[in-house]
Amino acid sequence: MQRIGVFVCWCGSNIAGTVDVEAVSEALKREPGVVFSTNYQYMCSQAGQDIIKDAIKEHRLTGIVVCSCSPRMHEATFRKTAAAAGLNPYMVEIANIREQCSWVHKEMPIGTEKAIILGKAAVAKVNLNTPLTPGESPVTKRALVIGGGIAGIQTALDIADAGFEVDIVEKKPTIGGKMAQLDKTFPTLDCAACILTPKMVDVAQHEKIRIFSYSEVSEVKGFVGNFDVTIKKNARYVKEDLCTGCGLCTEKCPMKKCANEFNLGMDTRRAIYIPFAQAVPKVATIDPDNCNMLKNGKCGVCAKVCTAGAIDYTQKDEYIEEKYGAIVVATGFNPISMDKFDEFAYNQSKDVITSLEFERLTNAAGPTAGKLLRPSDGKHPETIVFVQCVGSRCDACAEKGKEYCSKICCMYTAKHAMLTRDKYPDTDVYVFYIDVRTPGKNFDEFYRRAVEEYGVHYIKGMVGKVSPEGDKLIVQASDLLADKQLKIEADLVVLAAAIEPDKSARSLATMLTASMDTNDFFTEAHPKLRPVESPTAGVFLSGACQGPKDIPETVSQAGAAAAKVIGLLAKDKLVGNPCVAHSNEMMCNGCSSCERVCPYGAITYEAKEFRMPDRTTLVRRIAVVNPAVCQGCGCCTVVCPSGAMDLKGFANEQIMAEVDAICK
Amino acid sequence: MQKISRDILVEKAISMLENGDVCSVLGWRKGEFDYDITPAVFTDKDDIKNNFVWNDFCGANFSKYLVQKTRKAEGKILVFLKPCDTYSFNQLLTEHRFDREKVYAIGIPCEGMVDINKIKEITGDGISSIDCGDKITVNTIYGDKFDIDATNVLSERCINCKSKKHVAYDELIGDEGEVLESNRFDEVTKLEQMTPDERFAFWQNELSKCIRCNACRDICPACTCEKCVFDNPKSGVENKAAANSFEEKMFHIIRAFHVAGRCTDCGECSRVCPQHIPLHLLNRKFIKDIDGFYGEYQAGDEVGSRAPLVNYTTEDIEAADIFEGRDN
Repeated sequence: MQRIGVFVCWCGSNIAGTVDVEAVSEALKREPGVVFSTNYQYMCSQAGQDIIKDAIKEHRLTGIVVCSCSPRMHEATFRKTAAAAGLNPYMVEIANIREQCSWVHKEMPIGTEKAIILGKAAVAKVNLNTPLTPGESPVTKRALVIGGGIAGIQTALDIADAGFEVDIVEKKPTIGGKMAQLDKTFPTLDCAACILTPKMVDVAQHEKIRIFSYSEVSEVKGFVGNFDVTIKKNARYVKEDLCTGCGLCTEKCPMKKCANEFNLGMDTRRAIYIPFAQAVPKVATIDPDNCNMLKNGKCGVCAKVCTAGAIDYTQKDEYIEEKYGAIVVATGFNPISMDKFDEFAYNQSKDVITSLEFERLTNAAGPTAGKLLRPSDGKHPETIVFVQCVGSRCDACAEKGKEYCSKICCMYTAKHAMLTRDKYPDTDVYVFYIDVRTPGKNFDEFYRRAVEEYGVHYIKGMVGKVSPEGDKLIVQASDLLADKQLKIEADLVVLAAAIEPDKSARSLATMLTASMDTNDFFTEAHPKLRPVESPTAGVFLSGACQGPKDIPETVSQAGAAAAKVIGLLAKDKLVGNPCVAHSNEMMCNGCSSCERVCPYGAITYEAKEFRMPDRTTLVRRIAVVNPAVCQGCGCCTVVCPSGAMDLKGFANEQIMAEVDAICK
Repeated sequence: MQKISRDILVEKAISMLENGDVCSVLGWRKGEFDYDITPAVFTDKDDIKNNFVWNDFCGANFSKYLVQKTRKAEGKILVFLKPCDTYSFNQLLTEHRFDREKVYAIGIPCEGMVDINKIKEITGDGISSIDCGDKITVNTIYGDKFDIDATNVLSERCINCKSKKHVAYDELIGDEGEVLESNRFDEVTKLEQMTPDERFAFWQNELSKCIRCNACRDICPACTCEKCVFDNPKSGVENKAAANSFEEKMFHIIRAFHVAGRCTDCGECSRVCPQHIPLHLLNRKFIKDIDGFYGEYQAGDEVGSRAPLVNYTTEDIEAADIFEGRDN
């Protein structure tokens, strides 16, 4: 029989406000096994912990129940307290009477009744607890960064600078991401390429960093410290080690009419291409959908002109297996599709463009060599209308857009408006907005300059309709402050499209068992206190995959993620979780169901000899769990048909005892 | 009505025993009555000559017997398998439940087995003898004689036979059959169309007949656990009479969950139920759902196949989609 102590926390008024803590500690005193029960204002305080330690010694407690906040908050605290008093830390159970009780109930009698029930369940479980000792597992001192935009680049550089090996997997032919497509960056207006490309070069030259470009993660197995990752290196039909990036092939290729995705389809490239001049790795890639040689076996011009002999039409996708200790997700964002926003005539007129397209139109390396010209006729636009929040903050139109604020649009639109007025003072620039949101260092000053110094017309109100008429775009909008309807004849309309996580994020989250919110942004382990860790141990988040972010924020989060990774990789061993599965060999059928569902490959089989009652021996196949590999997820215990598989610390019997205690 | 005659099987069994190819034969033997044909292990050729039976009453599926028999057998065991039995055979191999090397499996075609209850509906009680020829000839103690066409008294599982194909064998007697288009899910569809109250009443009525004899569990080829949860006092659901109507339902529902994804739909549970509860409908509901959610899957179709319930693909349907009716 256990000797159990119960400690009920008031959490100031957080718990005591809706739960009669005195009644709870009194009621639990009468539960089987309980020899001591008390309550205190703050159990997690030093004084509260001392109460627990003293009681363990004085009453020779073999198990304790702390009725307090969620175990996510203080389970570790109370386990340490118990250990300090000589009790096995796994003899501690937390009854969550705050998040699951006092915070969700308003009336004292209901809160108290539920707190007692939750306490009883915890006592019932502790009665069946056994002391557990954790094992250790080694750490592979290498990190994987998924995504090679500014977030992935910064994280990789920071980890590598600390002396650890890093691999970057980027699905595009070059690293650089969205930032490489931008022209100037707010609020300082320095050129994106000027500050990004040195970092790209640093990555390429860093001896600790490897880049897998044009590659994807295809499989992830294992767990924190010991991930086994399969990287699919897509065939680019060019040998990376031989290609010098001279670009001759990209000039000679006869397939000239391929849409150039780097310029968002506003101009064309060849079927063999290097996305942009500063690409890293600077290696050509053949686009198999457009290459005549790959499609019909006719052409071969690039192979003829390549002096390095780098072209290889027979190249196949390659699968590389590598081990990592930590994984950083930096998959970034994309603007949403404008297909559902017919009111803005995006698909009807070439002169309605997205802000990212505007970036390319003003970029010196873009389709117009930096001259702001209308895509339809190449004329200089005299009136430009910027529309904010296209698809962002869509309460009523959630099926079209996103409910959240995309965060970066107010600032880049101010930048676009300002730069336009600066370069082309004869242009009339209108910005339609819901609110202008400028929280950030020097952000509001920047926006005010656009209005006050550059004379941009900021109009509070939404654009209702854009209709092409001749070579003009008629913009119908409301001016809420002046309370009137406006009709503007514009030459160019720029839509600040909402941003969303990259489409690859969902399947990646599944592979990583990392959780996502309803918008497919990765969720952090704690919104305030653990913002760069995912709830899955060993998986970290960097940049816009976690939520909309501008460059300064992305870079600081990237550095924070790197710091967390470095902290993990600096350890030689990780203390494991002793709550692992084990198989009862007398009941095991050896049916392999558990092996099939185990995500960690922790289960193997052996033929074991059993002495039978009639003195014969019987050899049976039984499951054996490797406790160093098992992560205690419990899949095997659910699938086991005979109930032979059980989880230490969460045995079926313990869970049934909890359920019974609640249902009694 | 069976196309293969008993004599061919007897001859085969005796020759294999005599040659020492096998040490025992799993076959059918006459029970107390002509219609209760029971599974038996034969080791003696005279015993086979006199008592081996193969007729329209040989419904018993031998696959499960291999789990225990192969453990003790010194040599190989000869087993005769009807098409539906071969699915159970494969499923057990998938679960590593017996040593394939210790078995010599002969596939035999099956024209369907009859349901004695349907015969009794025609003849009444008091059957004294049955002779299976082209027709089933039944004599009663009252002196009545009936000639019944076997196709009129086929058991439900044979009317809705899912496959005449042998998916596992070392040797096949007769022709290779084919997987059939059956209407086996029609009854399930009817249950699905009921209102929840009607369906509850249906199962309440059926399952309240249960006497917890465990015949369904004992015969089920998917139920081969070393220690069954219903025999395990620690499980909290161990073998005992149902204390209330809730418990009597739980036994069958827990059992259906246990065999979900592993049940080959052999129909033995319903055949042996002394209370005539249509237990196979519970299993078929699972099979139908699994087919609907994850694509068609037949347990035991091939050795080593991964049942959808213990497999995971990124295309798997989300629970929310099913709940909100987007599973079509």
